[in-house]
Amino acid sequence: MIKRTIFSLGAAFLSMFAVNSHAAYALNLRAPATDIAGQVYGLHMLILWICIGIFILVFGLMFYSIFKHRKSVGHKAVQFHENHLLEVVWTIIPVIILAAMAYPATKTIVAMKDTSAADMSIKVTGSQWKWAYDYLDQDVKFISTLSTPQDQVHNKAEKGENYLLEVDNPLVVPVGKKVKILLTASDVIHAWWVPSFGVKQDAIPGFVRETWFRADKTGTYRGQCAELCGKAHGFMPIVVEVKEQADYDAWLSAQKDAAAAADAGADKEWTKVDLVAQGEAVYNKNCSVCHGATGAGIPPAFPAMTGSAVATGPLEGHLDIILNGKNIMPAWRDVLNDTDIAAVIAYERNALGNSTGDFIQPSAVKAAR
Amino acid sequence: MSTTTATHHDDHEDHGHPTGVMRWVASTNHKDIGTMYLWFSLFMFFFAGALALGIRAELFQPGLQFIEPENFNKLTTLHGLIMIFGAIMPAFVGFANWMIPLMIGTSDLAFPRLNNMSFWLMIPAAILLMASIFVPGGAVAGGWTMYPPLSVQNPSMGVDMTILALHILGISSIVGSINIITTILNMRAPGMSLMKMPLFVWTWLITAFLLIASMPVLAGALTMLLTDRHFGTTFFDAAGGGDPVLFQHVFWFFGHPEVYIMILPAFGLISTIIPTFARKPLFGYASMVYATSAIALLSFVVWAHHMFTTGMPVAGQLFFMYSTMLISVPTGVKVFNWIATMWKGSLTFETPMLFSVAVVLLFTIGGFSGLVLAIVPVDIQLQDTYYVVAHFHYVLFSGAAMAIMGAVYYWIPKWTGFMYDESLGKTHFWLTTIAFNITFFPMHFTGLAGMPRRIPDYALQFAEFNMISSIGAFALGVSQLLFLYIVVKTIRGGKLAGDNPWETVEGLEWTVPSPAPFHTFETPPTVK
Ligand code: HEC
Ligand code: HEM
Ligand SMILES: [Cu+2]
Ligand SMILES: [Cu+2]
Repeated sequence: MIKRTIFSLGAAFLSMFAVNSHAAYALNLRAPATDIAGQVYGLHMLILWICIGIFILVFGLMFYSIFKHRKSVGHKAVQFHENHLLEVVWTIIPVIILAAMAYPATKTIVAMKDTSAADMSIKVTGSQWKWAYDYLDQDVKFISTLSTPQDQVHNKAEKGENYLLEVDNPLVVPVGKKVKILLTASDVIHAWWVPSFGVKQDAIPGFVRETWFRADKTGTYRGQCAELCGKAHGFMPIVVEVKEQADYDAWLSAQKDAAAAADAGADKEWTKVDLVAQGEAVYNKNCSVCHGATGAGIPPAFPAMTGSAVATGPLEGHLDIILNGKNIMPAWRDVLNDTDIAAVIAYERNALGNSTGDFIQPSAVKAAR
Repeated sequence: MSTTTATHHDDHEDHGHPTGVMRWVASTNHKDIGTMYLWFSLFMFFFAGALALGIRAELFQPGLQFIEPENFNKLTTLHGLIMIFGAIMPAFVGFANWMIPLMIGTSDLAFPRLNNMSFWLMIPAAILLMASIFVPGGAVAGGWTMYPPLSVQNPSMGVDMTILALHILGISSIVGSINIITTILNMRAPGMSLMKMPLFVWTWLITAFLLIASMPVLAGALTMLLTDRHFGTTFFDAAGGGDPVLFQHVFWFFGHPEVYIMILPAFGLISTIIPTFARKPLFGYASMVYATSAIALLSFVVWAHHMFTTGMPVAGQLFFMYSTMLISVPTGVKVFNWIATMWKGSLTFETPMLFSVAVVLLFTIGGFSGLVLAIVPVDIQLQDTYYVVAHFHYVLFSGAAMAIMGAVYYWIPKWTGFMYDESLGKTHFWLTTIAFNITFFPMHFTGLAGMPRRIPDYALQFAEFNMISSIGAFALGVSQLLFLYIVVKTIRGGKLAGDNPWETVEGLEWTVPSPAPFHTFETPPTVK
């Protein structure tokens, strides 16, 4: 019975390896897309092979002993318990092997830390549970959040190819340029990690840390937050699109045009219906993680919007908490534009089970900043 | 508690002793207290193991099935905390209680009443930890490392209960360590010089110093966390001049010695078992003592290897990389010594030996992955991924936990007077070892391929290996029920063990009858 269990478990295990040519059974680090990631890959292989070599040698001896020096084959114990020469030798040799590993590692560390002479800089801010990208000196900034539909997460829809590794607004960078990342966080610690770039750096609230990468190939590279940051830690991926310089320039000017259009939108007069409609999208993207898609919240930590004293009380108070935040509630001042803030206010007051009937214009939000 | 109320046997020279509940509540006997520690540890092992199976059930397939993300984080956090503080550490204290007096030929620990207190402090702490699941807001969810600001942000009372529980456990450990150090240094049988002590006693002596040096540091970190949470201090909040990374430094200054606290006694157990079944003395006794001391000292200068991604200066990264790599030298010495002990022996493979050999082999795999993680550029790629989860389960499960299991088989004849069932023991061994590797080996691959740890759901390319891990985990969990069954069966009867069930074993513990009587070595033996 037990033997059979072991056997079938073993068989199941082996059968799973039988198909390991399938990409899904990835066994090793992802294909490097930067020089640093290539060095990391090489270092790992070097150390792995050294370890495998030592392992085979040492445990080869152990298994030799297990088969030859057993009582059942009549081996008599030889009573020795010291050999100073041997002991010195197996202390010295590992030191030499370690030095051989440390030398290339040291070179890579020094290279990784060199953030000088960057071609461009992007400020990245982690917050629960999204990444904000700010292209310094370019006036382009946006938020990047998970775009996998909740239905896929809750197994109500077929999962897509890039399940949990897709975002609405990827970071876009030009190929072959040294991109410096200035990293910080607004609430708790996060970590910005793109495996193919060999970059992982904690984002620490109140401090700015630097890292960099230079992608050699165009393409889309995916990573995830790598520091536990609360309930949706598994749901804040990073996607970087590396484009040819010309494509990147085109993308950049399109971003600038869109920002200008949004600014212009803030000055026009909006109807309630339009604001509520836009507000729904803003809410679902930014607020529903904490306050729930239906506005029910997760009391006591995250208050409900339905019937909330603030969201159905005076407009000033409602606007204030959204602009400036409070305790765990993030400040949205630098994250959302005037139109989006006016829209989400209109939505919260006139949907999610509330119907105060009032709303404010984007221009009023602009004035309140 | 100084006089027993139940049966009024105040005369401690008397061979009668309290019975019923009071025997345990008021016990000052190292064997009874050792037994309680071991049962406590086994219970917590099953509890934390059940939490782990919750984790593995959720990770069986991509998507959210059973456990909401908040609760998933609570599961991983409690699993880690309880395994460390509730299962592994108390098990070693249980062995220390039972075996150190028997091994050094003394009648009890130096401070029997403190010993009672050390044990009974564990109970309120365990209750606080387990009850925190049921308070509003629930248990801690920030990982066993409890980094701020996340753990300051979490409003749940469960976090405070955990902090209190860890404070209590810290006191228990410190008191216990003082007791053990005093016993070892002062109460050895005449003739037993330090360099004649069994290696298990040596490793515990060193571990006890590590505990005394590191637990107060944890207490400091936790107290600062508590005041940041409730009294408006800003040790870890940049807005008030603090620094979240400070917590990590203080925590790991405790945390790295802590991992050696969980492995050095296991080294001691292995060093006791292997010579018995090789029928020859331990190879390189003196170098084992020096290696253990070297590991203990080095363990205080490597802490920041857990923090390579926080953004340290180059000099810091290099220092902590070199010091960490250096630890593998004394660790290697130990592994070589064990194999040299087996070399040209007359080996037999009873269950304790099987476990010990597996520990040597599997712990070394964990050591190698540790070396890989010491290399800063590689660590930056692998930190906070499943590779790390694989690494520390190879050292903690197949290092510490399996050494503990092997040692239970080794000494249970002495404790109960009966032999365990050898074929069941071997079955347990093979099930555990195979299931363990099915569970944890694939995690190296998922980690390398980029799966972060502490996530309730994952991308599709990790699905296959996660399913294998989960199948292995359930097999591993169920196999441990067999362990419980074997232990209970042995206690209830079996083949008589005799004073010395292992052919050629040395050591004072085998000179007393089996089961070891309530009082032993009231007049110390003389060691030649
Ligand atoms: C990280 C979680 C989080 C996100 C995301 C979030 N909130 Fe909040 N919000 C909170 C918390 C926590 C509070 C309670 C703050 C307090 O009183 O301490 C709160 C309070 C509020 C309140 C006041 C409710 C009351 O009854 O006190 C409003 C209005 C509000 N949030 C609107 C929003 C809007 C609009 C968004 C999206 C743009 C948003 N929140 C996104 C966590 C969040
Ligand atoms: C039945 C056997 C076990 C299984 C199946 C198991 C499974 C797991 C898994 C899957 C995780 C990762 C959770 C995550 O990062 O998302 C984990 C974390 C952990 N485990 Fe285990 N484990 C087992 C036994 C042990 C033992 C014996 C120890 C010994 C101390 C241990 C200590 C830890 C620690 C410290 C963590 C880290 C918790 C954290 O992230 O804060 N585990 N375990
Ligand atoms: Cu995160
Ligand atoms: Cu460490």
